[in-house]
Amino acid sequence: MIAELGHFALALALMLALVQASVPLYGASRGNPVLMALGGSTAIAQFALVALAFAVLVHAYVTSDFSLATVAENSHSTKPLLYKITGVWGNHEGSMVLWVLILTLFGAAVAWFGGGLPADLRARVLAVQGMIGAGFLAFILFTSNPFIRLVPAPIEGQGMNPILQDPGLAIHPPFLYLGYVGFSVAFSFAVAALIEGRVDAAWARWVRPWTLAAWCALTVGIALGSWWAYYTLGWGGWWYWDPVENASFMPWLVGTALLHSAIVVEKRDALKSWTILLAILTFALSLIGTFLVRSGVLTSVHAFAVDPRRGAFILLLLAVAIGGPLALYATRAPNLAGGGLFAPISREGALVLNNLLLTTGCATVFIGTLYPLFLDAIGGDKLSVGFPFFNRTFVPLMVPLLLAIPIGPLLGWKRGDLRAALQRLMAAAGAALLIAIVVFAVVRPAEALASLGLGLAAWIGVGVLVEWSERMRLFRGSLAESWARARNLPRAAHGMTLAHLGVAVTVAGIAASAWAAERIEVMHPGDTLAIAGYDVRLDKVDPVVGPNYTADRATFTASRNGTAVATLQPERRFFTVQRMPTTFSSIHTNLLADLYVVLGDPDGKGGWTVRIYQKPLVPWIWLGCAVMALGGLTSLSDRRWRVGAAVRRSRAAAGAAVGD
Amino acid sequence: MRALLLALLLLGLTGAAALAVEPGERLADPALEARARALSSGFRCLVCQNQSIDDSNADLAHDLRVLIRQRIAAGDSDEQVRQFLVSRYGDFILLEPPVKPATYVLWAAPFAVLLLGAGAATIYFRRRRGALPEQAAPLSPDEQRRLKQLLAEGGEG
Amino acid sequence: MRRLLYLLPVLAFTGLIAYFLLALQRDPSVLPSAMIDKPAPEFSLAGLGGAPGLARADAAGQVVLVNFFASWCVPCRVEHPLLMRLSHDLKVPLYGIDYKDKPEDAKRFLDELGDPYKRIGADSDGRVGIDFGVYGVPETYVIDKAGQIRLRHVGPLTPEAIRDELIPLLRTLQTS
Repeated sequence: MIAELGHFALALALMLALVQASVPLYGASRGNPVLMALGGSTAIAQFALVALAFAVLVHAYVTSDFSLATVAENSHSTKPLLYKITGVWGNHEGSMVLWVLILTLFGAAVAWFGGGLPADLRARVLAVQGMIGAGFLAFILFTSNPFIRLVPAPIEGQGMNPILQDPGLAIHPPFLYLGYVGFSVAFSFAVAALIEGRVDAAWARWVRPWTLAAWCALTVGIALGSWWAYYTLGWGGWWYWDPVENASFMPWLVGTALLHSAIVVEKRDALKSWTILLAILTFALSLIGTFLVRSGVLTSVHAFAVDPRRGAFILLLLAVAIGGPLALYATRAPNLAGGGLFAPISREGALVLNNLLLTTGCATVFIGTLYPLFLDAIGGDKLSVGFPFFNRTFVPLMVPLLLAIPIGPLLGWKRGDLRAALQRLMAAAGAALLIAIVVFAVVRPAEALASLGLGLAAWIGVGVLVEWSERMRLFRGSLAESWARARNLPRAAHGMTLAHLGVAVTVAGIAASAWAAERIEVMHPGDTLAIAGYDVRLDKVDPVVGPNYTADRATFTASRNGTAVATLQPERRFFTVQRMPTTFSSIHTNLLADLYVVLGDPDGKGGWTVRIYQKPLVPWIWLGCAVMALGGLTSLSDRRWRVGAAVRRSRAAAGAAVGD
Repeated sequence: MRALLLALLLLGLTGAAALAVEPGERLADPALEARARALSSGFRCLVCQNQSIDDSNADLAHDLRVLIRQRIAAGDSDEQVRQFLVSRYGDFILLEPPVKPATYVLWAAPFAVLLLGAGAATIYFRRRRGALPEQAAPLSPDEQRRLKQLLAEGGEG
Repeated sequence: MRRLLYLLPVLAFTGLIAYFLLALQRDPSVLPSAMIDKPAPEFSLAGLGGAPGLARADAAGQVVLVNFFASWCVPCRVEHPLLMRLSHDLKVPLYGIDYKDKPEDAKRFLDELGDPYKRIGADSDGRVGIDFGVYGVPETYVIDKAGQIRLRHVGPLTPEAIRDELIPLLRTLQTS
């Protein structure tokens, strides 16, 4: 009965979405305030209905209602509660409901917080959100309905893949969806602007907070996925250039480009049609990602169960949702008059370079991911494009971008002085060279690329801090003066510094991964292995019993110079339902390096295969991402993005535009 | 068919089940073993999703690892080992796509896109350069420095 | 001219959609054999528990079917009845290679489900499989009179595959 309520809520939401997609749009073209305002109420109501449907689904999982087909296929009564809940989105149907929930959440947020937007823009933005919502609700109701009943209901479910029963993996999808579904708002703003035929600084300011929020969430989502892969899959890798990883990385790359080009639109009224195109492309890549993962076109560990109808439906959605706006772009964009002029060497020029490299990087990942499919479709060879291709093409593209990070903010708008900027960065250059040389010669000889990478990280880190300290006149005036300046700097300035620092930290973490030490041996209780300054002794291996598994748990003691530093307990679990052994590694981290132990197969003679890694700086990869997201959040909290300020400025901008 | 898919899926997902290169497989000579490891990490595990045979614990991966070591120990060069596997499994088993006519487009693409983008940006700048106004009157070096500082402070991220 | 440039995104996108449409019709998990039209590998395998084994020489000069199977392979059970029928109806000999299996288990499997194979070779370490380019079981190969591999079918045989691919090919090969 309750499930039917959820089903009905979804159907109602679809009706509302159709209304939202049409009425406010009509109202905007007619200037009818009542019809335009309808967009807001339908958006909020739609969210409420989808939230209700989602709650019903969660309830079904928590109560182990196996009369629902998805619950029966993906859950089990012995699953711990946390994983019953997170299992809601561990499968295709439930994850689509989460997708639409977040879409309507953003729509409702625009309705709620968008009071300062001009009524017609708001109406059009909500209408586009409504169109997307309608498409996906139809997709759910017609091809991926989570509320389908099984008659007779099975007594027990089929359980969920044990690898998915993990806290890191459980929260990775919500963040990921907040990210790529969140970019739908920038997309809706872009389409609304095309319909209206106007893009100005005010538009860029309104779009920015939504793009920032989505970008932060996507950064966290990707980092969580990478971190999960690292501690779960058992050999310390954290990025495989797997098609589904690429599907989330591409929107991130273009989303980052969008964040940067929107600055130029806002500050200098230039790059407008390019920014609109980027906003459309970012969401397009999100949708393409959704298509790739769920259509069966690519195989991947992530791929959900395949149904050709679903693939065809998503393709249709993709064609309409992106083809339409791109066609609109072809006709309307040429009319978006360009504004400020600027020289190639300038802040704007640096941002253009940023966009060029990021979009080329994205194109590289796109082509690499889809090439095997392309070749196969035209009847050519079957070949595979794996990580060596991406490492060889993507990484060199990123190097000039990383080099430019400290330089860009030091260039002036319109026409910048490159030499002066570089002179101010002498300290950073010095630090970079010093670190590269020290690392190469002393710390780990003969790892040339890694020392260059660390030098690069130092260049970015010190350079960014130099710019920041100059702005606050640190070391030049009194501390009080610097503090006052820091507080008066717009939060977005601090946000930028933090985000770029995060990049430096991540680059350092990635560069150092060349130094991982590895030992693979058969160990008996009492044996000790030496690795990178640690002595790791296997104390014992005990059988343990968990809620839905039995396991062998090994206890290791890691010591440095005789003193015990850590106890590690990797396990080899055997889940009763799946009957698959799964390893759970044990990691000891001091945030500067990880000691990583995995328990393998027993050799039947009392020995166990053990794999131990020592990975310096690896936690920095994800710490850096966290710092990046923190920077984004800091920017987001900038008072200027609060809508009230936007209204005041839009009036001022309108006044200025009239006066031009 | 579903059973086969399930079987393949299980094989793939047991990537987390145990370890990959096992102590018993390793060659005694560290230089040869290093070659074997390097070679293996370039071959795709055909029954897994996106892993190399060095990282996978699937049976086929194990068999191929052992095979590679046998051939290296027997004196084959890296290229010969690669040819041995490619002649049986096709180019698909290589994680790095070989450079051949079918992949020219792939390998050339990143550079081509970069050139295209740089070209577009250049055209964009050139078209507008004529319109950029000259400076009204030359500034003294002091004034120039002050102007730069003001401009730099005025903009932010 | 500038206006044409703005058309590029939508045109490129249309191309992409067309390509995805094509891609939806393919199955990405099936790997085409690299050994098609190449000579079948040399091999000589012992039989199951004392029975005569299988070697490449046994196939010389005739069209043969070689089926890789194993007692632990679930889809092999699914295709087995079809193999029984095939061995009965076809004049082409059906040889079996027991892949990475224990002979006792294979014997039990065949006792339970029936033995469609004219001869069986036991490939216990999987090396012959690797030489054929096998990456899973079951797989079925068609070898022509000259000893070249002409077809590989991955996964359990289906009535459609037998009717639409196997039989026509065998007919062509027999008459050549």
